[in-house]
Amino acid sequence: MHDKTLAELARGLDAGEFSSRELTQHLLGRIDRLDGELNSFITVTFDQALAEAEAADAARAKGDAGPLTGLPLALKDIFCTRDVKTSCGSKMLDSFVSPYDATVVERLKAAGTVSLGKTNMDEFAMGSSNENSFFGPVKNPWDLAAVPGGSSGGSAAAVAAGLVPAAMGTDTGGSIRQPAAFCGITGLKPTYGRVSRYGMIAYASSLDQAGPMARSAEDCALLLGAIAGHDLRDSTSVARGVPDYLAELNAPLSGLKIGLPREYFGDGLDPEVEAATRAAIQAFETLGATVREVSLPHTHYAIPAYYVIAPAEASSNLSRYDGVRFGHRCDNPADLIDLYKRSRAEGFGDEVKRRILIGTHTLSEGFFDAYYKKAQQVRRLIRQDFLDAFEEVDVLMGPASPTPAFDLGANKDPVSMYLQDIYTIAVNLAGIPGISVPAGFVGNRPLGLQILGTHFAEAQLLNVAHQFQQATDWHRRRPAFAEETA
Amino acid sequence: MQWETVIGLEVHVQLATRSKIFSGASTAFGAEPNTQACAVDLGLPGVLPVLNEQAVAMAVQFGLAIHAEIPEVSVFDRKNYFYPDLPKGYQTSQMYHPIVGAGEVEISLEDGTTKRIRVHHAHLEEDAGKSLHEDFHGMTGVDLNRAGTPLLEIVSEPDLRSAKEAAAYLKAIHSIVTYLGISDGNMAEGSMRCDVNVSVRPSGQEAFGTRAEIKNVNSFRFVERAIAFEVERQIELIEDGGQVVQETRLFDPERDETRSMRTKEEANDYRYFPCPDLLPVVLDQAYVDHLRDNLPELPADKRTRFETELGLSAYDASVLSATREMADFFEEVKDVCGDAKQAANWVQGELAGALNREGLSITDSPVSAHQLGELVGRVIDDTINGKAAKQVFQALWNGQGASADEVIEAKGLKQVTDSGAIEAMIDQVIADSPAQVAQYRDAEPEKRGKMIGYFVGQVMKASRGTANPQQVNALLKEKLDALC
Repeated sequence: MHDKTLAELARGLDAGEFSSRELTQHLLGRIDRLDGELNSFITVTFDQALAEAEAADAARAKGDAGPLTGLPLALKDIFCTRDVKTSCGSKMLDSFVSPYDATVVERLKAAGTVSLGKTNMDEFAMGSSNENSFFGPVKNPWDLAAVPGGSSGGSAAAVAAGLVPAAMGTDTGGSIRQPAAFCGITGLKPTYGRVSRYGMIAYASSLDQAGPMARSAEDCALLLGAIAGHDLRDSTSVARGVPDYLAELNAPLSGLKIGLPREYFGDGLDPEVEAATRAAIQAFETLGATVREVSLPHTHYAIPAYYVIAPAEASSNLSRYDGVRFGHRCDNPADLIDLYKRSRAEGFGDEVKRRILIGTHTLSEGFFDAYYKKAQQVRRLIRQDFLDAFEEVDVLMGPASPTPAFDLGANKDPVSMYLQDIYTIAVNLAGIPGISVPAGFVGNRPLGLQILGTHFAEAQLLNVAHQFQQATDWHRRRPAFAEETA
Repeated sequence: MQWETVIGLEVHVQLATRSKIFSGASTAFGAEPNTQACAVDLGLPGVLPVLNEQAVAMAVQFGLAIHAEIPEVSVFDRKNYFYPDLPKGYQTSQMYHPIVGAGEVEISLEDGTTKRIRVHHAHLEEDAGKSLHEDFHGMTGVDLNRAGTPLLEIVSEPDLRSAKEAAAYLKAIHSIVTYLGISDGNMAEGSMRCDVNVSVRPSGQEAFGTRAEIKNVNSFRFVERAIAFEVERQIELIEDGGQVVQETRLFDPERDETRSMRTKEEANDYRYFPCPDLLPVVLDQAYVDHLRDNLPELPADKRTRFETELGLSAYDASVLSATREMADFFEEVKDVCGDAKQAANWVQGELAGALNREGLSITDSPVSAHQLGELVGRVIDDTINGKAAKQVFQALWNGQGASADEVIEAKGLKQVTDSGAIEAMIDQVIADSPAQVAQYRDAEPEKRGKMIGYFVGQVMKASRGTANPQQVNALLKEKLDALC
């Protein structure tokens, strides 16, 4: 049961091959046995999961089952969940229990899904390797010496290891797509505004977006349909109808115009990754698509612009963690300033502090115009690059990451870590959707092909990804770690 | 040396929305601490603000009332600083693109002249909570009920030249916002507070002196006193060879002085940047036009109309338009009775007297405008005479009867205009007063006019005040003269 897709599991539940309770119990058992090594979960909600599974089975028995009823999921620990700890990977929130559910959580519950728990992540979603978690690094199930990617590393690893069929992630600069690529699963970052951010702990508000991480594009379509849509509690969510993402999956790709951004195949790209990516793209030509080169001329400004805008927003978003009302508070503060200083010094990890410092600096009087304002101008140019490209082609393709998963501890220098996100970061700045699909291996480490579309083109991306998955079997590969010798 | 005072005011007006500016929590005053603060107001992880449309409408109404530009786009910014009563670590405000642009407010000065004070802009922002230092030994309590209450900050140009002008400006703002109904204007509950920027310069000098900002002054009186103290302090300082430093000061009403809070060097760098959780506010012309079309009549316009259309004296017009409550009350009395002058006399006479005696405001009047209007109407249509009207008013004031008609009926105060009935009473009085009749008869005819008063009094007494005095007069004269 643990290597099936959501769609397959749904058919199994429908056919009565197994109950949601049996499925849930099976997966909870695997988590119990395997996750000590992997560390993909921060919190496993055993009792709650079984109760939800039983409720789902009861609903199914009454004929009240929807397409997601009884299907197990995991939630990145950035989504607020009522009565279950929401840590955001930080010591700061190690004791925090939210009094409310995030909109994404609310919608998944309403759809009848069963949450197995909260997955590990880089602290406050800041990182590309999941090494910045207060709860320790997550290992890559394909190679325990490798990182799973980040910041949604726990979600990616749990899905890849067969602990859960799908998980929710969030993506601010690549945090769904890069770990999906590193762990050989499918991860979709929707258009900014497609999914409500309410209850999703903010890192960089103008870039953050939640999305599904699963074993197939079809599963991502299923989940996106459940979580997408306008939310009155999030002013930046867009009031726009949610299409039936499953309906378009089987549209033929003949005539599809694919653009390959020249800048995504240049210096710094691992030759083996490039070869595998180009081979994957060839499969689309077989499906009737045409491929041409395009240019996104401002690509090399994306990382600098991102590392001005995201830390600036983060420095403000993380101000509420001050030890006064919730979260970590230092012992015996001498006065208010001491309370602030020590609570924050003790509660935040190095990368979070680094980004708060950068953001505080770039917003300071005298620097604002040179950094923040300039970065916003660059952001508009980057967005325009994509809009121009989509005048010529339907979708863009390229590698999700310049290298396969690197070794734990390999990237000690923050800047070299930041450069990992070269192909994913511009997408958040432009607000467009992107999906990463498994597309090969270098050695035993998976690779992801990234497919980008224009704003609100999720249905098209899912269609393109699904057709690729009908023609290939990269997404069906499972790591040896997932095989238990019972 | 002669000194000139230069003052600019930043007035914070709490808008009378039902819920907070970015959340659905109630804004009602006086609840138990922290019972009116929801997840959004508490700044819990993951929450997001949603702009209250009513706050936007109120801000635009104010802008229209002061003839300000209303920019098509305004933007919320974050003002970042740490304080325990600021849950998110930033205040959502409008730094670069405020909702109301430049406008002006007319103030009335004591010598009867008016002066226009320019308003630089007005912007929307959220209020912080309150730190409670008194109730917790050695600790500070935080009440977040007020956090997220909508404020309109109205920033004047440095056009004010005296404490009196500053107070007049504050009163004008108070009058406008209460007229618009966008604030209750209750200064005691903090619905209006202001920061006062004060500097002095030698008369005739063009350059401004260094200013001090006095924070959080919350009454008309305190504004005058704080400025008076601060001006004196600055002049003394300079005349003694010192220099005013740019700083924030606090007014202490107990000691009647201002004290330094922090200097410019200690000032925060607020690191303003556009709030990424809120979209820019885009106002289309139709929306603004709709608000403009539905703008209530403002104090200055009302005063003019009372004079020109209703024929009231300048004094009456000014008193009756001073507050919206007063004006509304007067207009209802006028509409019900149909006579503006009579209505004005009653509202400013009998009613104002009674309210003053009991220390009540017009909104607390036990006699409603409708009741008073009916009462005045009964005087106008001769149902009762003036004397009986005062009795009816008193009865209504004391709650003895729901309407003037009911009281008139119950107390039998209806004016007697039936000449037969009046004649009968006159005949009785004449028959009972032979001595007075004899005196009347013997008097010189030109002195008889005065002597008739006795008989009128007797007849009125006999009618328990209900006889029509004019009729009584005429009939008495006729009958007494017939006896001569």
